[in-house]
Amino acid sequence: MITKRIIPCLDVKDGRVVKGVNFLGLHDVSSPVSLAKYYSDSGADELVFYDITASAEGRALFTDILVEVASTIFIPLTVGGGINTVEDFDRVLKCGADKVSVNSGAIRDPSLIAAAAKKYGDQCVVLSVDAKRVAGQYRVFAKGGREDTGLDAIEWIKRGVQSGAGEIVLNSIDTDGVKGGFDLDMLAAVCDAVQVPVIASGGAGGIDDFVRLFQALPKVDAGLAASIFHFGEVSIPNLKQALHAQGINVRL
Amino acid sequence: MIAIVDYGVGNLFSLTSSLRAIGADVTVTGQAEVLRQAEKLILPGVGAFGDAADLLRRSGLGQIVVEEAEKGKPLLGICLGMQLLFDRSFEYGEHPGLGLIPGDVVSMAPVVPAGYKVPHIGWNALHFPASRPKSRLFQYVEEGQCVYFVHSYYADRCAPYVTATAEYGPELTAAAERGNVYGVQFHPEKSGDVGLAILRAFCEMEDAT
Repeated sequence: MITKRIIPCLDVKDGRVVKGVNFLGLHDVSSPVSLAKYYSDSGADELVFYDITASAEGRALFTDILVEVASTIFIPLTVGGGINTVEDFDRVLKCGADKVSVNSGAIRDPSLIAAAAKKYGDQCVVLSVDAKRVAGQYRVFAKGGREDTGLDAIEWIKRGVQSGAGEIVLNSIDTDGVKGGFDLDMLAAVCDAVQVPVIASGGAGGIDDFVRLFQALPKVDAGLAASIFHFGEVSIPNLKQALHAQGINVRL
Repeated sequence: MIAIVDYGVGNLFSLTSSLRAIGADVTVTGQAEVLRQAEKLILPGVGAFGDAADLLRRSGLGQIVVEEAEKGKPLLGICLGMQLLFDRSFEYGEHPGLGLIPGDVVSMAPVVPAGYKVPHIGWNALHFPASRPKSRLFQYVEEGQCVYFVHSYYADRCAPYVTATAEYGPELTAAAERGNVYGVQFHPEKSGDVGLAILRAFCEMEDAT
């Protein structure tokens, strides 16, 4: 039986992991390679590297560290951030990424999804969506959640899957950072709309939130989080043991 | 030396890196002579069966892989590379494979229960059939350990050759072998330590040629 995936997300700027990280026994807490190895050894099922660099120099550093990570860690790697063209897909896939996540780039140019899926396969294209409740609707936000696009999130996700997105990351802006649990209503609406894997993001505050996520919504495939893993509030081995104890199938 | 057959499909970065990580002497090549000299061959592949089979045929590399395998050289097909080892595939039409393992590659869509997503993407547990001794390829792997899958088609009508399955509704072929020819549907290069252990077992096999 396929297992539910637990995915830590690392924000990288100028080749370093940002958003303070706090681990005992890790000498270089902002080294993407050390952190990736730490997570891989603790049982992370996949890693997401998000490039938040704005400069060309930073982008080059990002691909350098991606090569290093992909030469050291042998679990699936997803890369996002600054993906606007098929050439951007090519750049990160050559450096060892397995999947590429698009967000604002696909909003600016929706044909990007189809072009990338045709070239690299659906399984390679992850559509990442930041969504928030506005006027009784789930609305897509761009630019890291700062700009209301006016797009209906469910329609946008359906369209993305029809174009070839093989996986959806749904980040609820309403629950992100609140640590009160994942946005189950919004996730349920997305799971009902599409047949591809859905990754829940935004809102996890503790182990119970993951248990509730997978119990309430068996169709959700994975849970993604950043700070609760980075700050050691939730350790992946403990999380997986807790899920297993609740009868949720995970890779131990 | 292990040669990864480069026939123009797929990204070989992770596969090459994972083999180097376990200390293997590995080269990526599309040259017939290098493939003939190699002690072992790995046939990778992602994408559509028909396109990949065409590339193998047109480049002549498919013929070399078959000849070397028939001489007894260990061969490992991974993902689409595993599917190419079989007689034929029904992915978008009917396409002949290399015919090294009897069986057909068919869509999982009609056999998986409602609610199971296709493609089958993620970590799934390996089960070893009780009816046969465990394959040497899995000598360092325990029943129930997970590996990473990404596929929509699977090898069917190949029961005598199946060495591992994964439950996705029915038990789907996760690995098959015939003599020195091995195929794994999952990605050992993306399956963490379990995957590396499988690659290590392959690297340790003797070249019988």
